[in-house]
Amino acid sequence: MSANQLALWYLVAAVSFILALKGLSSPPTARRGNLYGMVGMAIALLVTLALVYSHTKQVLPILGGMAVGAVIGAIVARRVQMTQMPELVAAMHSLVGLAAVLIAIAAIHNPEAMGLHVPITGLHKAEIFIGTFIGAITFSGSVIAFGKLSGKIRSAPVVFPGQHWLNLAIGIAMLGFGIAFFVAPETEWVAFIVMTALAFVLGFLLIIPIGGADMPVVISMLNSYSGWAAAGIGFSLDNPMLIVAGSLVGSSGAILSYIMCRAMNRSFISVILGGFGGETAAVEGAEKKTVKSGSPDDAAFLLSNADNVIIVPGYGLAVARAQHAVKELATKLAAKGVTVRYAIHPVAGRMPGHMNVLLAEAEVPYDQVFEMEDINSEFPQCDVALILGANDVVNPLAEQKGSPIYGMPIIEAYKARSVLVNKRSMASGYAGLDNPLFYMEKTMMVFGDAKKVVEELVKAVD
Amino acid sequence: MTAMTPEASVFYLTVFVLAVFVGYHVIWNVTPALHTPLMSLTNAISSIILVGAMLAAGSESLDWGGWLGVVAVALVSINTFGGFLVTQRMLEMFRKKEPRSGEKK
Repeated sequence: MSANQLALWYLVAAVSFILALKGLSSPPTARRGNLYGMVGMAIALLVTLALVYSHTKQVLPILGGMAVGAVIGAIVARRVQMTQMPELVAAMHSLVGLAAVLIAIAAIHNPEAMGLHVPITGLHKAEIFIGTFIGAITFSGSVIAFGKLSGKIRSAPVVFPGQHWLNLAIGIAMLGFGIAFFVAPETEWVAFIVMTALAFVLGFLLIIPIGGADMPVVISMLNSYSGWAAAGIGFSLDNPMLIVAGSLVGSSGAILSYIMCRAMNRSFISVILGGFGGETAAVEGAEKKTVKSGSPDDAAFLLSNADNVIIVPGYGLAVARAQHAVKELATKLAAKGVTVRYAIHPVAGRMPGHMNVLLAEAEVPYDQVFEMEDINSEFPQCDVALILGANDVVNPLAEQKGSPIYGMPIIEAYKARSVLVNKRSMASGYAGLDNPLFYMEKTMMVFGDAKKVVEELVKAVD
Repeated sequence: MTAMTPEASVFYLTVFVLAVFVGYHVIWNVTPALHTPLMSLTNAISSIILVGAMLAAGSESLDWGGWLGVVAVALVSINTFGGFLVTQRMLEMFRKKEPRSGEKK
């Protein structure tokens, strides 16, 4: 195969990837989009396989490795629970990062096989350096993110004095060894290895201070890094296919990070510096305010007499696996002529769009599910806002100057004519803040596990 | 005057900048409801790094460098296959249900 043919096939694959992402602009076109993605990937892999075959005939090890990965990937894709998606995505980012490092090592070891000039030129060394350190940071950072998301390690931020200075020092040292690798006339293994090791450590240190509440940002950020790592390797190997696909992924992750930051009204820098959402500060309990609490029967009465109900699901709902019960409740209410809609805050789950997937899994039709900006204006006409396992995202303090979450966009459930809140206890949310919504005259609290409460609601609505 | 062909590195930089630009515009069009599938799809797409791993694994003499490539191929194939399949699984959930009477309003 000529270099031109190869490049043209890669172009077809790159266009397919763009069409794949474009398909996700709406649910009906999304499946076709995914199909484009698969086709693009198949083309890219087949022509590469053909290339390798025409050069060295060494395709068996590749096929063997792919078969192993394919089996594991297929099993994981089938078995994973939708609540575990964030962990899965984090784990997958780590694989891309690790692969980038492995490829870089292989390229330095045997540049010829990768189509590189021997000895490697300065420019390529610099590109390998960039691809490697981004890959290494992606790997160790994602491993920590995976641990925190899956609960294998504590999700509370780990902070210690001088942390940022230490990170800075490591970053500078990493850069120093990178430059040593770059200027050395021959391949400087020691500098490269030390640089890579430092990058691994840095990835680890960057993620440990970030708390559970900020995980949607972290996971988007690592998504972005994994793309840049692929693009970096693309530059190293003079491969435009990797550059295009990597850049698409990199910009996607960057945009998602930005959207998540905006939804929490936090600057990207403050998320990176970490330490947020650690101490579950006791609710400033000097003045005992009273809440009105009611039974599921009371709540069911309120719901069945409403015309217009908006359900605000939070992550607590997903943890309790109550989505199916909620869907059942909504169906029953709809049968009684009640209009039921769902309001989703961008950070309602553990990753961007997580809550939408959890509701879709419970077969909630997506046209009943609304994004925050689209439904906020509807709350004044809403009879009952039913808040299930959400706290900070409906906290009216966000509209009060001087409060720690001031400026964070919220779901304006407090504007509804009456508000039902299901929570396990009065404990504060991630932000460690009290929520005035719970003490409002029109608010009724229904305490208990989300699933049990909703199931009782379903029974009581009859 | 020689032909106006830029050096390869400049060409790749051009490709990179344009790709970031395209990515930026395409991603803003993705509906927020599909952000999780977007992530798993981009995950699958980033497994394009498999191309590099294949070149490493396909080296003439399968020495330790080649074996690193094989390991990388196996690891990233998990993303390739797992990523697209799990995206497919999620998107199936967003399939429009046949409207059953009484279900909606």
